Parts: sequence; C-alpha cells; structure tokens
Amino acid sequence: MQFMLLFSRQGKLRLQKWYVPLSDKEKKKITRELVQTVLARKPKMCSFLEWRDLKVVYKRYASLYFCCAIENQDNELITLEIIHRYVELLDKYFGSVCELDIIFNFEKAYFILDEFLLGGEAQDTSKKNVLKAIEQADLLRSVPLHGVIQPVSYSAWCELASQHGVNQPVSYSAWCEPASQSVSMV
Amino acid sequence: MPAVSKGDGMRGLAVFISDIRNCKSKEAEIKRINKELANIRSKFKGDKALDGYSKKKYVCKLLFIFLLGHDIDFGHMEAVNLLSSNKYTEKQIGYLFISVLVNSNSELIRLINNAIKNDLSSRNPTFMCLALHCIANVGSREMAEAFAGEIPRILVAGDTMDSVKQSAALCLLRLYKASPDLVLMGEWTSRVVHLLNDQHMGVVTAAISLITCLSSKNPDEFKTCVSLAVSRLSRIVSSASTDLQDYTYYFVPAPWLSCKLLRLLQCYPPPEDGAVKGRLVECLETILNKAQEPPKSKKVQHSNAKNAILFEAISLIIHYDSEPNLLVRACNQLGQFLQHRETNLRYLALESMCTLASSEFSHEAVKTHIETVINALKTERDVSVRQRAADLLYAMCDRSNAKQIVAEMLSYLETADYSIREEMVLKVAILAEKYAVDYSWYVDTILNLIRIAGDYVSEEVWYRVIQIVINRDDVQGYAAKTVFEALQAPACHENMVKVGGYILGEFGNLIAGDPRSSPLVQFNLLHSKFHLCSVPTRALLLSAYIKFINLFPETKATIQEVLRSDSQIRNSDVELQQRAVEYLKLSSIASTDVLATVLEEMPPFPERESSILAKLKKKKGPGAVSVELEDGKERGELNGGGDRGGDAAIAASNASTPSPSADLLGLRSTAPVSGTTPSAGSLLVDVFSEAGPSATSAGVNDDGFLSSAPPTVASEDPAPPLPESDELLNKFVCKNNGVLFENQLLQIGIKSEYRQNLGRMYLFYGNKTSVQFVSFNTTVSCPGELQSHILQCICTHTHTLLNVQTKTVEPLVEGGAQVQQVINIECLTDFIDAPLLNIKFRYGGALQNISLKLPVTINKFFQPTEMAAADFFQRWKQLSQPQQEAQKIFKASHGMDTEVLKAKLLGLGTALLENVDPNPENYVCAGVIQTKAQQVGCLLRLEPNAQAQMYRLTLRSSKDTVSQRVCDLLAEQF
Repeated sequence: MQFMLLFSRQGKLRLQKWYVPLSDKEKKKITRELVQTVLARKPKMCSFLEWRDLKVVYKRYASLYFCCAIENQDNELITLEIIHRYVELLDKYFGSVCELDIIFNFEKAYFILDEFLLGGEAQDTSKKNVLKAIEQADLLRSVPLHGVIQPVSYSAWCELASQHGVNQPVSYSAWCEPASQSVSMV
Repeated sequence: MPAVSKGDGMRGLAVFISDIRNCKSKEAEIKRINKELANIRSKFKGDKALDGYSKKKYVCKLLFIFLLGHDIDFGHMEAVNLLSSNKYTEKQIGYLFISVLVNSNSELIRLINNAIKNDLSSRNPTFMCLALHCIANVGSREMAEAFAGEIPRILVAGDTMDSVKQSAALCLLRLYKASPDLVLMGEWTSRVVHLLNDQHMGVVTAAISLITCLSSKNPDEFKTCVSLAVSRLSRIVSSASTDLQDYTYYFVPAPWLSCKLLRLLQCYPPPEDGAVKGRLVECLETILNKAQEPPKSKKVQHSNAKNAILFEAISLIIHYDSEPNLLVRACNQLGQFLQHRETNLRYLALESMCTLASSEFSHEAVKTHIETVINALKTERDVSVRQRAADLLYAMCDRSNAKQIVAEMLSYLETADYSIREEMVLKVAILAEKYAVDYSWYVDTILNLIRIAGDYVSEEVWYRVIQIVINRDDVQGYAAKTVFEALQAPACHENMVKVGGYILGEFGNLIAGDPRSSPLVQFNLLHSKFHLCSVPTRALLLSAYIKFINLFPETKATIQEVLRSDSQIRNSDVELQQRAVEYLKLSSIASTDVLATVLEEMPPFPERESSILAKLKKKKGPGAVSVELEDGKERGELNGGGDRGGDAAIAASNASTPSPSADLLGLRSTAPVSGTTPSAGSLLVDVFSEAGPSATSAGVNDDGFLSSAPPTVASEDPAPPLPESDELLNKFVCKNNGVLFENQLLQIGIKSEYRQNLGRMYLFYGNKTSVQFVSFNTTVSCPGELQSHILQCICTHTHTLLNVQTKTVEPLVEGGAQVQQVINIECLTDFIDAPLLNIKFRYGGALQNISLKLPVTINKFFQPTEMAAADFFQRWKQLSQPQQEAQKIFKASHGMDTEVLKAKLLGLGTALLENVDPNPENYVCAGVIQTKAQQVGCLLRLEPNAQAQMYRLTLRSSKDTVSQRVCDLLAEQF
C-alpha cells in the first residue's frame, strides 16, 4: 500500500498515512486530486479505480471515506477488507466510532493504524492481538500529573456535536450500512 | 470499551480542536491558529521549564495544526525531548510527531536515532515496537544506515516477543524498499524464510510481506520459501473456519495470509518437486471448489475475503500458465462473476480475464464470453467497468471475431465517455489493422472512426491509414472512392479532409473515369472544404492541388487560378503563402516531364512499428504493454507492419520508434511540433520531399519517408563498417548474447558460446518489415594482419588468425520472418581486429549494404583459472618484463557499483580471485587464453578509486600483444 487517506463527505482530510517518501507539496496535490475524484463518484459504482499508475480502493462509512492506494499487483478485495478491519478496530476501541472521535482523538487513530499496518503491510490481522497491543499501551499510561485534566467521554462528544450541529455520531452498525442514505443518529 | 475515558485526554487540545471547528471562515481559522502558534512558541521559549504533559500537549497541538495543512517550523526539538521521557504517552506522542513531520533533517536525525537506539535496547517490547514503528514510518537513509544491521538480529532472535518480531519484519521491509543496498540479508536468509513456519500467525503475516519483497529481488536465495509457503497454504486452505480462531475473518480462514502466500508463489515458476506441486494444485482446486459452495454468511466481508483469495489463486494459475484444466476452470469462474450483481466483482472479473485471454490454453474459453462482455460495454453504469470491458474485448480479439468486436467498439464509440474515447479510437485502429483480411474493410473502419469520433482521432491514426493505402496498391482505388463519398457529407471532420486530400492527391486518377467523380468534381469537392480548415490542413490541400495538376492537366487552369488568388498568394500565413507561390511557379515553368518526376506518386513507406501502438503503450503505461507483448506472440497472424519480430524486437524498437512527429507525410510544416518558421532551405526540402525519391539528390535525410535509414551505398562492394560498429563490438566484450544491430528494416540478434579455442555463434536476422528482402546475402571476412587476407566462408589461409566458417543463408527473407545463421570460429592465434560481417539485400528495389564488426574478441577464448594468493603473486612476478605489462588509467564512464564490476569481470571470461589483493576494494583475475597455436596466461588487476572516479587497470601476460589488447578492450567497459 502506498498511502491511506480518510476524508469526510465535505472533502476535509481527517487522517493521512504515507508509506512512500513524497514531498509535502506532492502529498497535498495527490490528496486534492483524489478527494475530488472519489467524491465525484456515485454510490453504486465500483470501489476501485485506476489512478495514475496506481489502483485506488475506497469505501464510504457514514460520513467518512477511507481510501487506499495500492500497487498494480496488489489485491483489491483484500484491501477493501483491510479498510473494514481498521474500521472495526476503531469501532471497538472508541465504542461506536464516529467522525468526531477521529477528529478529537486523531493521535489514537494513528496509533491504532500503526499497530495494524506498518510500512503499508498488515502487521497482524487478528482484531484481538491489535487491540491487546493498544490496551497494553494504555495500561502504561501514567496517572496524569494535573488533577484538572478531565477525560472527555463519548457522551461529551455527542454533546459537542449537537452544539455545533455537525456530524452526529453514528453507531457502528450504521457505518456498515450502504453509505448512500443520510446517516441515522445514535 | 468506552475508550475515550482512558485517562489521558488533553483538555487543552480538545478545546483547541473545537475552537477550530467553530471558526466560521478560513480567516478566522488562520487567526486562531496563529494565536495558538504564538502561544506555543512563547511557552517553548519561556524561562519556565515545561513539564512532560505540557510539552506533549503542545506538540500534539502542533501536529494537529500540521495535519490541517499548515506549515510547522518549530517544535521538533521538544518532540525529540519527549522521546526520552519514561512516560509512555509522552514518548508515543513524540514518536508520532516525528513520524509525521520529520524528514531527513540531519541534525535531528542523530538525536532521534539515539533515542531509538535506547528504546531498541530497552528490552521493553512496547518501547521497542514504538521505536520500530518510527523507523518504518520515516524510513530514511540515515535510519537505514543506523539500524539495518540491528533489525534482522531482532527479527530472528529466539527471545524476541512476537509483537516485536512483527514490527521488525515490516520495519526491515520498509528499509529494504528505501535503501536495498544497506539491508544485507546474507546470513539471515534461511532464518527469515523459516518464519513462514512460525506458530504465531501474526508473525507469519508480517514476515511474508518481507519475504515476498526479498524473493522478488533475489529469487534464488529465497527459493526454499516455495515449499514452506505451499505447506502453510495447504494447512490454511484445508482448515475449518473455526480452527484459526481470531485469524478467521467472517468464516474465511486467514484471508490475508492466504493472499500473501499466493502472491509469494507468483515470484517463482511452478514447483519442480512433484509432491509440492501436487499439493499446490490441490490447494488451487480447493479454492476453486469453495467458490462454488454456498456462502457461509450473507455479509459482503465474507464474500470479499473469499473472493480475494480466489482472485489471487487465479493470478497464480495465470502466472504458471501451464495447467490447462485450472486455466479453463478459472475462466469459467470469472465468467460467472461477469454477471454478478456486485459491481466490484464484475470489474475484477473483466480485469482478470484480460490476462487469461493471452494464455493459449484459455484464449478460446475467454472468447465464449464475448456477448456478455459486449453487453457490459453497453450497459454498465460505471465508466471504469466499461473501460475494463473495452480492454477485455481488445485482449480477446482475434481473426475470428475481429469484425464483430470492431463493429461493437465503433458503435460504442458514438456514446462513449469522453475520458476513454481516445484510447478506444487507438484500439479500434490497431485491431482493424491487425486483423484486416481485406483492406477495404480496414479503410471503411478507419473512415468510420474519423466520422464518429473525429476529434479523438490522433495524427497517428490518420497517418497510419495513409501509410497503408500507399503501401498496398490493391486498396488504393477503393480508398479513393470511399473518401470521395465520405467527403460528400455536408459536415465532415477535418481529419477526413486531410485523409481525403492526401488520398485523392495521390490516387484521384483511379476514380476519375467516372463522370460523377471527374477531376474537376474531385477538386471542387476538396476546395469546398478548404475555407473551413486549419492552416496545416490547408497546406496539405495545396499540396494535393499541385498533385492534381500533374495527375489531371485539364485542372491546371482552375487550380492555378486558385493559387493565384489573393487569399492564397498573399495569405498572411507564411507557410501557405510560400506553398501557393512555389506551386504556382512550379506548375507554370516546369515541363510535364519534370512535373511528373517531381510529383511522382509517393514511394512505399518503410515498414515500422505502428506509431499507434506506440502511442497506446505510452498512454496506458506498464499495464497495457504486457498485453501488447502478448500480441507479439501471434506474429503469424499479423498483417500490418506493427509488432513484428517478437517481444525483443518490440522492446528494442520501443526505444527507437521514430517519434510520431517525424511526420510520415514529409509535410514538415504540418507536423505539430515544428512550430518554428521553416528556413528557406527547409522549405525547398519540403517541396521536394513531397515529390518522392527523385528528390534524394537534395540530400534530404528526413526521418519522414526517405528513411531507409542505413547509409544506402549503391555499390555492390561491401560497405565500410558502420561508424558505430566499434561501439557495438564493445557492447559484447563482456557478454555473449544480445541485439547486435537494429534499424528500421533489420534486426540482428546474436547468441554465442565458446569452448577452449572454439566458438559457435548464432546470428538471427529479423525482417522487421512486411515486405520480403531479396538477394539476402551475408559474408564474414577476417581482416588479416596486413589487411590483405580477406577471406570468405571457409577460410584456411595460412595467415589468418581466426578460422571462420559460415553457412550461407537463404536469399529470401519473408516479411516478419527471422533467419538464422551459424558461424563456427576457431582461434588460431591471438588477434586484434574483429572479423567483418557484411549484409546485403534488396528492400523494395533498393540495395541495402551494411557492414558490422562481428563481436569476436580475444577474451572470448579465456579459460578462467582459480589460484591461491601465493601462486598469483609468484606468477605476477614472473611476468615482470616491461612489454609483458599493459596498464591504463582512465576515468569511470559508468557507476562504480561492486556487483556490476564483478559481473563485467566475470563476463570477460576470467576467474575473479577473492582474497588475493591485500586491498579489498581491488579486483584480481586470472585466465588462460586458448588459441590453436599456444596458450597465453593472463593476470589482471583492477584498482578502482571511488573518490576520483578513476580506475587503474594492469594486465600481465606472456605475450605483449595480448596484454595490450585485453587491456584496451576492458578499459572501454567501465
């Protein structure tokens, strides 16, 4: 895999992971081009497209597009399931993940991805093992020094979301529905 | 798992993120960000030392700002500080920042490497993984230099935790991809391969990616992985869906690992061991069988995972291309998918079938799906699927279905998406040419193409139709009639006018007998389009007019009138004006004889690779080329001059294909690239160059059509060797096989083998055109010491140094055919000059006469000699007379890569002696040259100086001429 991008239906980039060395300029150009191309596609179209000399595999989960660029000899279907497995991991970790989780905990999304994929290849495909690695890391977290720090809970996200009237959190099962219709709320 | 309450939330960060999200405008966002940046900067610069938590928070904010797309130029140092924190979360954020933001900034890299080194040696698996992730994410050369030695050790060490092994394997893979020269697997190879046997499926999953990459680069070293991979695969395939516990994904056992195993096997040919092969075939059959079983789940994940394995298995079957039964089964399976309701599967089935179509075993089976594919082309809603269908139609096309496929593609073109029209046009043009049984069908097809999709018909396409019409007199009359009819349409495409103008200008006389298409009618028809056309087309039409004057004297007055009109003779376009003036003058002063000579019918074009094919390859990139190469296999079927000569010829001619703008019409100024105003000189050339071969005296060497490229020497004497023949000779000093020579007509390939003082050389003469070469004759001559003993065929002259026997070749070489000639060589004594090879033949009446040096050099008769250091130095000292030594100091003209140097020295024929020279940078070789008269021992020392990019080469042998000659030959190789 050469890179993975997560972006919203509005074209906002939520996560980017590059497995090949590219300049920042090039990365921005690729992102712009690809986001446009993918957003322009209709729901029933196939999940693969030829793009430059790569193949792009993408899937939409609720308001988020997950998009991977793979090389020519790579397997498209298994890449689709890489995406799905990542979504499952996020969902399991955050508990019904939504776009806001990824915005506010972008660093976690990166950590989980690193545990799952390294250098563009799957490190481990067992959900249990990947989550175990993350949990072990979480156990290592020391008690914060400042009493003032309050963990922001899932319900707090929902609250934040309703305040701003954007991207309502969505249950995992809704993510897995065909992505066309607007998403139901939790 | 209410995960977000994990106790390390950074409130400041959350607030900042929601602030940003609240910003109503881009400006507000930038303002908020700048405020934050100023705040962070002051904190970092402030006197008060920041605690780890604050540092982490600010670094995280910077990261967030960067990910929003803003530049970050500070904070790196603070991130590096976090790496040495003993709090996991702080370390983790530090590594994340570095992974995302650091590229090889040398100052920092040293510090980062230091921190990584500490974590790697900490023996804390979590820290080790973090460090490995960071190396894998950055993957810079500096990191490879620092850790490429350490990581393989971690990977294979017995006490390494599984999770660390997994990270280490993929980390190594990333380093290998970025800096393959720094990752030396040598001693680790077999232990890495054996990771395929690891009990932990995760370790196998990670390791196999590494092994696949390494195998594809060094298949021999890793070939033991084949049997391991087969047995692993077989265990997975035969396991029940619950056996593999968490590695079962939606009832499919280990889909990722299965795919990777199948991918790994594609680096190798089918296993030779019968038992292994049997087991593998069994696996593949099981996978195909499972595809027929009812699904264990309705979830798309289940079918995706299952089919991912199936497609990978089919790729392997196609890769082997040796099991007809499996190929046909694969094809049938894909056939089912062609009508599946999942768009993704239809897409992949079309794609995969494209490669199946090129296998001789499954080509026929693929063809049975033609109706479905045509239907897909018509009804698929997604353009990328339709594109695949068009590709497949192209791939499955052969003589039996060409008419149907071309017709379908043409009718699809009328409604095709703009994005794929150009490619479709190219494909139709290629198929029409390749499978044309009668050329009237070809002409009809191309004219239809122009009619339907004129805008997408590139220059190459209409150039090509003209080339073919000119080269085939049986179709000229038909072509003239057809373009004449096509031009009747009130609105016809400019490309049609171009083709029409050109063809009527050449062959209008063939239809002039019919009063409905009398010369004047033809002229008026063409001229009615004139004013609607662009300058290049008008220029072409003017040339057609002057040709009309020659063909039909009765039109002269009318045409002169047109040329004389202000709109021509005073045209503001300099090219048009010049043509009008020159043509007018030519037509009024030249006698009919002169006119007839100057405006003679165009001579046949030399055959060459279809420029359309070249264009399609360029357009499609590597993927499509493979399809084209397949075409090469069906040489016998080809009509056009296109891809004759097989794969090698295609590969080679790819490089030498004349650029499409080397315009075939000789109308230089119409070539789109020559935008500059032609000088007076070239205009003169222009006029003549249209006029055919009679103009050769003008010294035109236009790439366009006077391009029987080799220097055409009319005399029957062997031509002097080509100027580049020495260079060609040098190419073969260190190798025995390859393409010796190539021009637009002829390709000469060489295979040779030597034993003792004997050699045998196979020469392959390939006719790249579709026209036969007649009076094909080759001679080999040995220049004697005094250049006086020129011998042919069986030369046994006493003065010869080489005894060369050739067998004569057939005097006729059919278009597209290849003839072989065997040459036996005996080395009588050492020699300097290479034998000369002269090739003479007639192509379209013109004598071609080419002389080359046959790549036989003295070093071909080397026998490698192994010896120990002591022996070497003893012999070296024995050869101490000044004339026994030859030495050269010269600049490196290629890279100084060790492996390449070694390969060249081995190619020279000597033995490469290790551990002889005290300086390991130097190379020492020994060999004996075998001649009939004597044996000449030869020692060699090559001292590279990488800094100065220089070499010193020293040769010592018992014979001074040998030392000198080998030294001269070898000095040209580096």
